[in-house]
Amino acid sequence: MADRSRLCTVWLGSETGILKGVSVTRKQAFNFCNTSHLSRDQEVRALCWGDPAESEVLVGSVDGTVKTFSTEKGQFTDSRRCGGPADGGFTGLALCGAALVTCGECGTLRVWREDSSEPALELSAGNNVCRMRQSPVHRDRVATGGKDNGLKIWDLQKPDAPLFTAKNLRDDWLDLRRPHWVRDLAFIPDSDKVVTCTGYHQVHVFDPSSPQRRPVLEVEYGEYPLTALSLPAGGSTVVVGNTHGQIALLDLRKGVVRGCLKGLAGGVRGLQCHPTLPVVASCGLDRFLRIHSLEDRTLLHKVYLKSRLNCVLLASRDLEDGRGAAGEGGSQEVKEEEEGGEDEVWDTMERVEEKPKRKTTEEEEEELQKKKKSKKKRKKGQD
Amino acid sequence: IQNTPLSYKMDITEVPVSQDNKGKKKKNKKPKKKSPEGNAESSGVEKEEEKMEKSEPGAAAFPPTFSVSEIKNKQRRHLMFMKFKQEKRKQKMQLKKKKKKEREALGDKAPPKEVPKTIENQRVFDETMVDPEDEEVAFDEATDEFSAYFNGLTNPKVLITTSDRPRGRTVRFCEQLATVIPNAHVYYRRGLALKRVIPQCVARNFTYLMVINEDRKMPNGMVLCHLPDGPTAHFKISSVRLRKEMKRRGKDPTEHSPEVILNNFSTRLGHSIGRLFAALFPQDPQFVGRQVATFHNQRDFIFFRFHRYIFKNEKKVGIQELGPRFTLKLRSLQKGTFDSKFGEYEWVLKRHEMDACRRKFQL
Repeated sequence: MADRSRLCTVWLGSETGILKGVSVTRKQAFNFCNTSHLSRDQEVRALCWGDPAESEVLVGSVDGTVKTFSTEKGQFTDSRRCGGPADGGFTGLALCGAALVTCGECGTLRVWREDSSEPALELSAGNNVCRMRQSPVHRDRVATGGKDNGLKIWDLQKPDAPLFTAKNLRDDWLDLRRPHWVRDLAFIPDSDKVVTCTGYHQVHVFDPSSPQRRPVLEVEYGEYPLTALSLPAGGSTVVVGNTHGQIALLDLRKGVVRGCLKGLAGGVRGLQCHPTLPVVASCGLDRFLRIHSLEDRTLLHKVYLKSRLNCVLLASRDLEDGRGAAGEGGSQEVKEEEEGGEDEVWDTMERVEEKPKRKTTEEEEEELQKKKKSKKKRKKGQD
Repeated sequence: IQNTPLSYKMDITEVPVSQDNKGKKKKNKKPKKKSPEGNAESSGVEKEEEKMEKSEPGAAAFPPTFSVSEIKNKQRRHLMFMKFKQEKRKQKMQLKKKKKKEREALGDKAPPKEVPKTIENQRVFDETMVDPEDEEVAFDEATDEFSAYFNGLTNPKVLITTSDRPRGRTVRFCEQLATVIPNAHVYYRRGLALKRVIPQCVARNFTYLMVINEDRKMPNGMVLCHLPDGPTAHFKISSVRLRKEMKRRGKDPTEHSPEVILNNFSTRLGHSIGRLFAALFPQDPQFVGRQVATFHNQRDFIFFRFHRYIFKNEKKVGIQELGPRFTLKLRSLQKGTFDSKFGEYEWVLKRHEMDACRRKFQL
């Protein structure tokens, strides 16, 4: 199991409670579970890395247990209870230093210290929370949002009141209330801004640093609820997916659609962009993992995984690097090799271009002759 | 320079296949020549080959052969075309005759006849094809929404309704469907919203809600919603033939619960759809009734037929169609009960994207 799990660069949680690892280079998928103890209670709802070196995956299941999976050993090493079934499934898992931050569907945000069964901190983020995410820069900041429950940004050091609470959208032209329904959210790395996607097919950008509590940008995409969102490495764009399996790349500066990713058959449940490469992985109800390139929007990989998939987690090392978590040195080497390879390609291309040039005159002559011949032939044919 | 006459000839005769062969031959020869000095030579050959390929598109702009479509006079063109076709047909017939003669000459030793190519037997490989021994899929199916029916815990009870104010054929179609499906109840829609109908159905222990949509007096769509918690499938209905319009039809069906035949539902999506249809009928058929309902999937179209069979003797079986017959095509499969706005879709037919390849089938 261990050698298998080291190969995997993409991790997925399924509705049948199986943790799946996919090795993109080998085009292989592995199930990491005890097949005799399958049950729907263990449906995976959230995944996150258990340490910065990415040697552990934390798996949050519906019944409120968080299991630790070691990618080195290839098996589950630890299991702890973080809340009961009454909290609903996990909507987000995050690691803040050594402490674990969990959030359930009914809005209980808890911080768990290691080796204690009681939460160190518990606060309520309102009902029907759909997603909780952690800021990649300030590790102690998390954001929550859900149905009829606007975006809230929390500082875990000061848990009494949220840092920022979004205000409802302005009433529409019929003076009717426009409700909140945050389905997914993400922190934009270089600024304080938070981008959310809603069940009413809008994408909103909130800016806590400005006095405005309403979104500073609103983009609409399609006509079906947007279920997942992810920020690519470059910034300025966001990838969103909806319940009909349409994924689009939206520009966050102008609020226009930059392009759509094709090939999906069913609703999107999980989206994640690679932290450095221009690729995005998507999974959902059609039981496929798909990896698209964001540059030319082509489908790079497609893997059938037999169960409906809930969430996806990408390793930050190169997707094509199948050598395991040995370290960054390995991936760098690979990159160097690739660069060298490219140089060779360019060299050969130059040669090819040069040589025909010398003989262009000959070629032209030939062509001229051919033209004459063909004309003659045609004349014959018409006669 | 050696190659120039070759390429020259090629362009006139315009036989791309022969050119390929020549290219291959050259490639085959290349390794023989290999010597420490010969590398440069072989690379030279390569370059010339590339040059040849480059010169080709330029020549392709001038069709060297005579073509019928270039004749400007329409009558003459027509005449020439007919001649051309006749000749082609003659050749074909001759070839056929020749083959037949050869077969007869060989007698018993004749090679077996080739299987005709159809788009079904050339089907593109589908990785979602269900392997019956697969544990994971078996577990997935054992715990899905239909497991209560397949474990014998529930009995199907179906509510059939239509879009608002049905007319003409749709009403009769619903009535006839109710005679096919045991324990089915036809109700008028009375302008009710489906989302309000569904909770009432669940409260009254219905396991299916079937809604026939009508357009210009013709049934054209069907929503099949499994209760209490999904899934919901949306089909297009075409070629509906009611009992009255069928030839050589048997007497009206009896109230016995029929046997069900599901054909060709082989992918993961097909399995879900097959289970959806299977759960419409009671699990234990009454063989006294000798009635069979068939859902036959071919090229993603699902053909429904309803028959009565009889064993005439030990070898012969007679069947008699009872009707109605119709064809379904899956549009979408949605998780959960009917909710077209906020529901999550497990599969949606995306035209021009999914059916771009004619040999790729979804069910």
